[in-house]
Amino acid sequence: MAKFTSLPQIQTAIAAGTLTCEALVNNYLKQIEASRQLNIYLEVYAEEALAKARELDQRYQTDPDKVGRLFGMVLSIKDVLCYKDHEVTGGSKILTGFKSLFSATAVERTTAEDAIIIGRVNCDEFAMGSTTENSFYGPTRNAADPSRVPGGSSGGSAVAVQAHTCLASLGTDTGGSVRQPAAFCGVIGMKPTYGRISRYGLLAYGSSFDQVGVLSHSIEDAALLLEIMSGPDDYDSTASQKAVPPYTQQLNFSGKTRIAYLDTALNHKSLDPEVREQCQNLIGTLQQAGHTVEGVDFEYLDYIIPAYYVLTTAEASSNLSRYDGIRYGHRSTHATDLLETYQKSRTEGFGAEVKRRIMLGTFVLSAGYYDAYYTKAQKVRRLIQEKTVEILKNYDFILMPAAPSTAWPLGENINDPVAMYLADIFTVQANMVGIPAIAIPVGQHSNGMPIGLQFMANKFKESELLAFAKWVMEIG
Amino acid sequence: MKIDKALISRLEHLARLELSDEERETILSDLNEILEMVEKLQELDTDDVTPLVYVNEDVNVWREDVVKDQVSQEAALSNAPASDGAFFQVPKVIDLKS
Repeated sequence: MAKFTSLPQIQTAIAAGTLTCEALVNNYLKQIEASRQLNIYLEVYAEEALAKARELDQRYQTDPDKVGRLFGMVLSIKDVLCYKDHEVTGGSKILTGFKSLFSATAVERTTAEDAIIIGRVNCDEFAMGSTTENSFYGPTRNAADPSRVPGGSSGGSAVAVQAHTCLASLGTDTGGSVRQPAAFCGVIGMKPTYGRISRYGLLAYGSSFDQVGVLSHSIEDAALLLEIMSGPDDYDSTASQKAVPPYTQQLNFSGKTRIAYLDTALNHKSLDPEVREQCQNLIGTLQQAGHTVEGVDFEYLDYIIPAYYVLTTAEASSNLSRYDGIRYGHRSTHATDLLETYQKSRTEGFGAEVKRRIMLGTFVLSAGYYDAYYTKAQKVRRLIQEKTVEILKNYDFILMPAAPSTAWPLGENINDPVAMYLADIFTVQANMVGIPAIAIPVGQHSNGMPIGLQFMANKFKESELLAFAKWVMEIG
Repeated sequence: MKIDKALISRLEHLARLELSDEERETILSDLNEILEMVEKLQELDTDDVTPLVYVNEDVNVWREDVVKDQVSQEAALSNAPASDGAFFQVPKVIDLKS
């Protein structure tokens, strides 16, 4: 069977009578089976997906107008998104066996439009990591080279799309967790504006940063999924009340834009020369096409990561206090009183990176250190936001590498947290500010791995961002 | 700022964690390395800067105060490590001896 890269291709094939949903799901199941060694899926909903496919085929045969907008969309979901009556573990031992009592709004809205959920995919524990090596269920591997990481934390989502085990995947992005793995795996990764998609049913990590995102092969699919998942939600008061534009109808880019790139980013010591070259090539191409592309000063680049790790670990230490072994999750059998129950359950249930971040977050929030670290980082966040917004007053987009390098070998940075954190340098800015950003594949490194670049835009400029990214992919 | 063993113990208690000696050593050196990176923030003058707490722009999004999507008692207890069908069960909290 042909490898589909967009929903319109699938819907056309079904309309022509050459494809059914059932055949499509069977094909993806085969592909899942063939890529077992990559450790993408934590659970495959084979029977359920097939039953839903058959039901959809029948409904479509009776009346093609009776199916939803995501008819033919086979999705995987990151293991931090709740799906009613299905297990969700956040890649953690502490939630082994936990079954969701409700669906995340993002998931609910896709199934309401007849998307088929084929399984839940691996990620770093509670989305804390940049390689998917921090999962209790073992690392996921990059399909382009299984000795290398897929990026993270939505690594399972990226490889699921890369290896054609589903058409698209829902991930989450707190500091680059959708865009960086997308870049490492050669697929598209889109993080919308903070608050564009409800966070209800997303296992919280850094609540003022977390956002649901999409990994896909095509901009059309990213736009459609985004359009369906976005909008106000009774269950998340931080979800924006702004009306959702019809992204799918606004994908035709025309005219000339103004694009900024950060001199400090392009000249950063951590940037791989070939990634820099790809970035410079694209700048040249865009200039030749008549766009204004200019370098701008951004003096805060090296302050982003320190501020980000203070703020997110603080939020994490607070958010993860709910895992106490009382109402759900792992409870230690070695405890004799209540305090020990908390301590032992959490100690046995959490992995090393999660413990590290909880300890750091507890420190920056503790009496005596709160102002020096937590408040300070919030102030720096303001500086970063103001400067970024100022740049976006003069420019439509900011162009950046998605990551300083391509995917590295498994195990390379796992014992060096600071090196690992610094690798998020180019993606975190969008989350600090709350703006939308998209990573697109632009080429291949001489080491054989995909290279991805990203564009950022001002808040709620998803339409412009998607249309421009589509145009860039077409001219590339 | 240097984190020492005593502070690690205090943080462990606050975070309701109980680390092994080996974990404690690793976390001690990791945290100090991370804090060294974080020290960079002190270079910036932020005296007149207001902390940024929320990045969303809507203020006070209200809805009617009606019960929605209620979870049944049975469902609420379905993931509990220990329950008697009506309540979550926990180890004894009050120690009568002390």
